[in-house]
Amino acid sequence: MNLNFTYDVDSEDFTRAGEASADIKKKLKKMNVPHEAVRKVAIAMYEGEINMVIHANGGVITVSVNEDSITMVLADKGPGIPDVEKAMQEGFSTAPDNIRALGFGAGMGLPNMKKYTDEMHIDTEIGVGTTVTMKVNI
Amino acid sequence: MTLTELISKLDERFTIINLSDDADQRQLSKVFCCDLLSFAMARNPADSVWVTVMGNVNTIGVMSLTDGAAVIIAENAAIDEIAAKKAVEQNIAVIKTALPVFETALTIHELIK
Ligand SMILES: Nc1ncnc2c1ncn2[C@@H]1O[C@H](COP(=O)(O)OP(=O)(O)OP(=O)(O)O)[C@@H](O)[C@H]1O
Ligand SMILES: [Mg+2]
Repeated sequence: MNLNFTYDVDSEDFTRAGEASADIKKKLKKMNVPHEAVRKVAIAMYEGEINMVIHANGGVITVSVNEDSITMVLADKGPGIPDVEKAMQEGFSTAPDNIRALGFGAGMGLPNMKKYTDEMHIDTEIGVGTTVTMKVNI
Repeated sequence: MTLTELISKLDERFTIINLSDDADQRQLSKVFCCDLLSFAMARNPADSVWVTVMGNVNTIGVMSLTDGAAVIIAENAAIDEIAAKKAVEQNIAVIKTALPVFETALTIHELIK
């Protein structure tokens, strides 16, 4: 089994943020992927998806599912992350006030992504964009 | 206790905004309180009753991803129209109250413990 799904993440439409993650969760459940792996993918992908929307003007997510793992690649053409190590710290956030008013900006997204995946890698270049690759073992 | 049983015990201080299809089979786990979405995303237990003042569409998104049983919007905080619509679409139970977060959580905790 090897399945691939692709999602365009739109930054204009904030009301749809999180829909790609919700859809993947539904699909994985239907494919009888174990509950714990589904939960990890849902948390990690949601955080990544929201980051693309609020920090990077959207992007593209591809998810591949095979027998023993789920790999998510979240690619954006946003501003890039100047200091990845700092961004990975719990509590670090550059979210503006209007975004914080929605409940984001705790600076927990990237730490959550790291915690709930078995592998995570960030490729980023200032002014070019960011690609986050995450893998969850089944 | 199921979500339906809990709802039948709630007095007039609580208003049901949306009810999920599986409410009569949904066994409640515990009460969870938090307004920051990344914390809720990581910590909201499955089948929980989540008490928050954030009534926007992202609350519904987190509920659906964490398999919470019901969300209660406390302090008479606004539930925007998009969130209400999304709750219906995604089959998420939403309840509203003027009670503060702590009193809301305590009331629910006493009812479901
Ligand atoms: N895709 C991205 N492009 C550019 N910057 C990013 C991206 N993802 C994260 N960042 C930067 O890293 C910081 C930390 O991200 P993280 O997800 O941990 O917190 P947050 O999004 O600010 O708040 P939270 O996720 O808790 O709601 C962000 O504030 C932002 O500066
Ligand atoms: Mg984030």
